[in-house]
Amino acid sequence: MQIPVEGFMYPNEVELQWSVLIVLYPFITGLVAGAFILASLERVFRVEEVKPTYRLALLTALAFLLVAPLPLQLHLGHPERSLEMYLTPHRSSAMAMFGFVYLWYLMAVLLLEIWLDYRHDIVVLSQTERGWKRLVYRALTLGSSNVSERSLHIDERLGYFITLIGIPSAFLLHGYVGFIFGSVKANPWWSSPLMPIVFIFSAMVSGIAAVMLLYMLSTRLRRREIDMRCLDKIAQYLFYTFVIDFSLEMLDLLQRIYEADESFRSLDFMVHTRLWVSQVMVQILLGTVTPIALLGLIQVLRLSDVARKRMYVLAGCLTMIGIFAMRWNVVIGGQLFSKSFLGYTTYKMSFATREGLLPAVALMILPFVILWVLVKLLPPWQESASFPGPGAAPAHGTN
Amino acid sequence: MDITRRRLLVLLPAAAVAWKYVLAGTPEASPNYTMTEHWWGMLIDIPKCIGCGSCVRACAEENDVPEGYYRTWIERYHVADWRIERPEVESPDGGRNGFPPHADDGGKNFFVPKLCNHCADSPCTQVCPVGATFVTPDGVVLVDKSYCLGCRYCVQACPYGCRFINPKSHTAEKCSLCYHRITKGLTTACCEVCPTGARQLADLKNPKDPIHEFLRTHAVQVLKPHMATGAKVFYNGMDGSVR
Repeated sequence: MQIPVEGFMYPNEVELQWSVLIVLYPFITGLVAGAFILASLERVFRVEEVKPTYRLALLTALAFLLVAPLPLQLHLGHPERSLEMYLTPHRSSAMAMFGFVYLWYLMAVLLLEIWLDYRHDIVVLSQTERGWKRLVYRALTLGSSNVSERSLHIDERLGYFITLIGIPSAFLLHGYVGFIFGSVKANPWWSSPLMPIVFIFSAMVSGIAAVMLLYMLSTRLRRREIDMRCLDKIAQYLFYTFVIDFSLEMLDLLQRIYEADESFRSLDFMVHTRLWVSQVMVQILLGTVTPIALLGLIQVLRLSDVARKRMYVLAGCLTMIGIFAMRWNVVIGGQLFSKSFLGYTTYKMSFATREGLLPAVALMILPFVILWVLVKLLPPWQESASFPGPGAAPAHGTN
Repeated sequence: MDITRRRLLVLLPAAAVAWKYVLAGTPEASPNYTMTEHWWGMLIDIPKCIGCGSCVRACAEENDVPEGYYRTWIERYHVADWRIERPEVESPDGGRNGFPPHADDGGKNFFVPKLCNHCADSPCTQVCPVGATFVTPDGVVLVDKSYCLGCRYCVQACPYGCRFINPKSHTAEKCSLCYHRITKGLTTACCEVCPTGARQLADLKNPKDPIHEFLRTHAVQVLKPHMATGAKVFYNGMDGSVR
């Protein structure tokens, strides 16, 4: 396949190395980190309004975290050797260390926190459910069926402690993804000390927006009333985080424009041509300025519940598009120009190949399937009649 | 089949060539070679390069480089006037078949052969998640094909565009400085065939290597010195427009 090139590229640079799958990787890990940080608002910072989303946020984080390594795995030339990253890691490699950060986050933070939070429910379900479900819940109890007041208190304290560790871990998880790109000194589009920080804030933005949309969707599907106090609070946090995120990105941009180093002319040309639509139109105008304006308007205007809900849906969807575009522009944009700064190549996405659009779409659907299974298995709805929270009277009186 | 004198005369050279091929393909133990006694690099004398492409062809043949990818290549620079920041650069097929004539507009034209810089502080080695790419004790950056994951992080990290993913092995590939040759006392394939001596293998640890005299007496540069990679491919007579 002939790849259109403009100007001069080093001969080995014409073909893009990291495809749409690598765009998904920071997008998905960002959703994980953001969803977890939203969950921690209730647990650590006692923001009671967002409580209805606490468990949903945790399950969302888990569903996306389970999928996060798959795009990387699919992209590898030798996926069968990927375990070598754990067995014989190269300590100076940002990518090798990410494997451990991922494992830490999955095993020590997310799974443990979810298990502790659901332990009471799991024990109840292991006694009330029948058939294969009973077996599943029994397995999930990990042999611990003690739901005494004292043990639940320990769960609560331990859960709080894990969330406390979880916040810096979530920052580490996505900050580290930013570092994987930001530490490549050969690439001026990536190389920036701000990259990890921008990644953290954009992760929070995307995670909060995703949980907000999922909360609205799931409540509607369950034909329940949306808790507007909760929704308004989430949207408020989304607004603040988005303003910080946008400011950081603009700071990075201004710095680049003012410094105008040797790469600037080349990158500037790229933004005005190949990235004009995806960066200026989609990422900045449609996916950042518009949702910030919508969320800002809601903060100052007195709007009806229906109007606010509609605006939240619109702002949330645009935010997701904007953050995806940001990941696209970082990953794909960073490979469109030559390191000689004298030319540009083109990214042609294939369709039904290993790194094509089809697997990318499948990988984006997969977390929602996992989330659906998780929600069925561990319903996150606190008000559910069959799901008493810790300390509440058990619905079936079996406890 | 009867072996006649005529047949023998035909077969013997063929057998000799085949035997040589077998020997070249077998990594031979080099009993007299001590890695720590060498520190390899290369000298490129830009004014001497005529852009014939022999080096690119020899490299491709010696190392079975897949078509469309380059362990070494030649760039032709054309700088029309004072704007050295905007050179016209081309490298059709990596310069493998030489270059078509360039219209003479009074500017300067010159050829710049490129290859892996075998950096002492190589960013590609730093980022490899499993250490499949490494610097040997004699200063050559190599890739262990049997270990490489094919994650392509090293390709991104190389500031010089020297790496690619081999479409057959799905692993990272680059110039090995003909390690299989230099450890046997031979020079690299590209240096071997260069008709003008524009490329010279350099042993920076060997005090008898003429490279030392050359480096002392000429204004040489490395590519992108601001990258601080400890590049060991030195360029003599390099114009400021070269990237």
